[in-house]
Amino acid sequence: MLKAKRKTGLVFFPAFDWAIDPTHPEREERLLYTQDQALEEGLFDIEGLVEFKSDLVTEADVSRVHFCVPNVAAVMTESHFISAGSAKRIGVAVMNKEIVNGFALVRPPGHHAKRVVHGARGFCNVNIEAIMIEYLRTFHKVKKVAIVDTDCHHGDGTQDIYWHDPDTLFISIHQDGRTLYPGSGFPEEMGGPNAAGRTLNIPLPPRTSEDGFLHIIENVVLPVLKDFKPDIIVNSAGQDNHYSDPLTDMNFSAQGYARLTELLKPDIAVLEGGYSIEGALPYVNVGIILAMAGVDYSKVKEPGYDPEAIRQSANVTTQIERIGDAVLELWQQRDSLTEQRQAGKEFEERTNRIFYDTDGIYETQHETIRICRKCGGALRIDSSSDRGNRILAVHIPLFACDACKATGHKWYDEADVSQYRKVFLQNRPDDEYLEKKG
Amino acid sequence: MIIGLDVGGTHTDVVLLDKDGLIKDIKVPTDETNLFQTVLSGIEQISKNIKPKAIERIVLSTTLTTNAIVQGQAPDFGMIVLAGPGIDPEAFRTHEHYYPIRGALDHRGRETEPIDMEQLKYVTRKLKSAGIRHVGVVGKFSARNPIHEQKVRDALRKSFRKVFLGHWISGSLNFPRRIATTFLNASVYPLHKKFFEAVQKSLDSKGMRIPIHVLKADGGTMSLESSMNYPGQTILSGPAASIMGAIPFCEKGEEVIVLDIGGTTTDIGVVLNQVPVLEPVGIELAGHKTLIRALKTTSVGLGGDSVLALADGRLKIGPGRRGRAMAFGGPEPTPTDALRILDKITTGDQQKALAGMQELAARMEMSVAQAAEHIYQHFCGEVVRHATALVDEINSKPLYTVREYLEGYTVRPNKILVLGGPAPCFARELELISGIPTMVVPKWGVANAMGAAFARTTSEVTLFADTQRGILTAPEENFFDKITSSFSREDAVKKTLALLKKKALGRGASEADLEMEVVENLQFNMVRGFSAAGRNIRIKAQVVPGLISGYDVIARKLTAEMAMQAEASNVC
Repeated sequence: MLKAKRKTGLVFFPAFDWAIDPTHPEREERLLYTQDQALEEGLFDIEGLVEFKSDLVTEADVSRVHFCVPNVAAVMTESHFISAGSAKRIGVAVMNKEIVNGFALVRPPGHHAKRVVHGARGFCNVNIEAIMIEYLRTFHKVKKVAIVDTDCHHGDGTQDIYWHDPDTLFISIHQDGRTLYPGSGFPEEMGGPNAAGRTLNIPLPPRTSEDGFLHIIENVVLPVLKDFKPDIIVNSAGQDNHYSDPLTDMNFSAQGYARLTELLKPDIAVLEGGYSIEGALPYVNVGIILAMAGVDYSKVKEPGYDPEAIRQSANVTTQIERIGDAVLELWQQRDSLTEQRQAGKEFEERTNRIFYDTDGIYETQHETIRICRKCGGALRIDSSSDRGNRILAVHIPLFACDACKATGHKWYDEADVSQYRKVFLQNRPDDEYLEKKG
Repeated sequence: MIIGLDVGGTHTDVVLLDKDGLIKDIKVPTDETNLFQTVLSGIEQISKNIKPKAIERIVLSTTLTTNAIVQGQAPDFGMIVLAGPGIDPEAFRTHEHYYPIRGALDHRGRETEPIDMEQLKYVTRKLKSAGIRHVGVVGKFSARNPIHEQKVRDALRKSFRKVFLGHWISGSLNFPRRIATTFLNASVYPLHKKFFEAVQKSLDSKGMRIPIHVLKADGGTMSLESSMNYPGQTILSGPAASIMGAIPFCEKGEEVIVLDIGGTTTDIGVVLNQVPVLEPVGIELAGHKTLIRALKTTSVGLGGDSVLALADGRLKIGPGRRGRAMAFGGPEPTPTDALRILDKITTGDQQKALAGMQELAARMEMSVAQAAEHIYQHFCGEVVRHATALVDEINSKPLYTVREYLEGYTVRPNKILVLGGPAPCFARELELISGIPTMVVPKWGVANAMGAAFARTTSEVTLFADTQRGILTAPEENFFDKITSSFSREDAVKKTLALLKKKALGRGASEADLEMEVVENLQFNMVRGFSAAGRNIRIKAQVVPGLISGYDVIARKLTAEMAMQAEASNVC
């Protein structure tokens, strides 16, 4: 009988009755063949591999992360509550030491969902990793978290949520934004003035294969993680870097994903994208699960897998090495970069324009962050969409200093409600979520 | 009339029933070393003075195959597996003569690698030179397409006497379990065949030409003839007999925990709205995880004759048994002695029970009466704890759709039914501890044998349609057809039910008892390149485990009789 080296948890929630629309890549069928492969391999019978029942998040769990316009219920479907709840279930099981590590093999995904949510973008409504992480920070004494996003698309939602947070290291490895949705994720995007270098973007050229991904993991991600010393490592485990994925242009494989997982050793993995539902997902998922559990995965290969046929060119290798070195240098300079960005400022402002491709919504944000050397800084977002919804959102970070707490409360108390549909306060230190209307 | 016979660890219970009720019931001691004699003498004694012609059938639940598997005798047959990509098939090695060969199908049953016929020839030579005559062949995804298993069988036909194929046993996906189940089927086959042929021959020689049915782990029966390809399905039929024996006393809408407290073990199961809860995948026995359909039951080593021990000052009951209670001349004190000391039973020698309990009581620093009471309460507490754990396990089953999740069905037991020899002694205490109304099943001592007698023939069919490839298959039924793109989910359900009816009748069911139910009904639009390419339909249907028609009269009669007896007797 097969035994796991590490007790590994799994929540499988394929949402067999939920789709964005019938022919959308994010549809009922997506995890069907993964289920077939997992069942046929007998994965759930491996001793030490525990399947948990899916769970729900509450609206309060969502409010810890997002400002939902007009409210939480309006931007979520049942499936989102369950998908996020299942990620949370795995997180809680890891913290309670029921399992050593775990994988939420769930849909719909979440890594394109930003802090303010007017609708769905990149097939995502709410950020299921962030909801899980903030839950663990509130109830399980987690502070420092590293998120490594290995989806082929830039994890712009997660980046947005943790942009100002010095306690969250966000690393996204993805196909170069000049060639793929959402078009962002360049090394220059490296976090806000209070958290410079805690966001690391590693765009890889099209047709990167196993060598390139594993080079980045071994030479950039692992050394950075070693420096950062996170309490937990979360992997946004998208599977669309696969050579057979219809939406992307990369050359990764099941063997490669399994090896990546083995190197990265995430405490919690959460499925993101991946739309080669027959040619890739069944094998990639089995490979990831076996790697997490410490079971031999050497024979988990796609039918017709030929590593030579997908090997990256020398030119691609050179580009990857260059970008890896550059990102590593950024990381090493994070403290001086933070100092430079903070010097002489009390507040920093920026304007963000966000397109919700799935729902066709345009949003404009004016963001103000309090420059702070003690915490992530009080954050204020004035957001309006072309649907006519204007809101003001105030975020006080969980580990906020007194000055930032005071600033946050002042912003909320003094907001001119007549200008907005709603004014929100996300008071993380007190786990209190308020809103007021004109 | 029907004879029901259930071989238990201590006793074999035998009943003779007809539409008007229980005619006769007996208990004969089980001789594990000679089950044939045990079964035969049970049948002979119960049918004494009965005309063989009046007996419609005999339903047998034996421990034959279960014991053989638990003892794990090394079988002399070969296993050939076709694994393809995935977990290394070495991880599923069953025994010495186990050979993975090249050849693979994918999740939709498409060939991704042809069978390596040269390798097969080599393996055939190896097996033959080892003197092997029976072979099991199992392919990954053979439940979707058995073509590789069939091709291998065709190549082996001339070299081996019997070839067992993996796709025969279940339409469910699980390659390691398919290997394990085929292994078990093939390993118990010679024993099963020899045993039942001997039983049939003996009965025939006594002029008793009565059809024999065998009870399965899912609480259903199959004819002796059809059991020959699936002897593994007879494992652990004992707990199934117990659950079936309680069903006549479960009312519509009730959620019932069934407890069969025996000499060696207590079997626990759950019945919802008169239907027993099934294992989601298959039964597990002696480390073998199988695809054998079974009732969801737990057997815990808590019985009237369980050994009593003190560990770190704490009482431990079971799981072993070293003989009968001291009150009945046994070697060590048992829970039955506690019952005798507390006057909850009146048979057996109370002096011997008291004397036997003294040493244990002294170590527990209690009087003998206190110790007996403590043992009694601890026993009931443990039974309730295990029953609760089983209900929790059922409630933690993963769900894969939003709808299932929102329906959020949770089992909340509102009745406990107890059967087994000492059942009446425990009912009240079990009720106190669990807070759930607890009743004793009428004829509690032989209710399990009645369950075997009343059980209907069950079957299950899995159908798979792929309109993109234009195929309709139920490999387990050896059914393959072509379909057009207009083939619908309704067509698939209709076809599944037709196949199920045919299968159940073939396995010995009667038309009157074909309560069929669709248990899985999924349809997926297959989209390739952003446009609809076809539909993937999966249907699973079963004959619901339950009782043959006509039992309800007997149940009512027995309940009424019991109410009268309860007034007359004050035992427990």
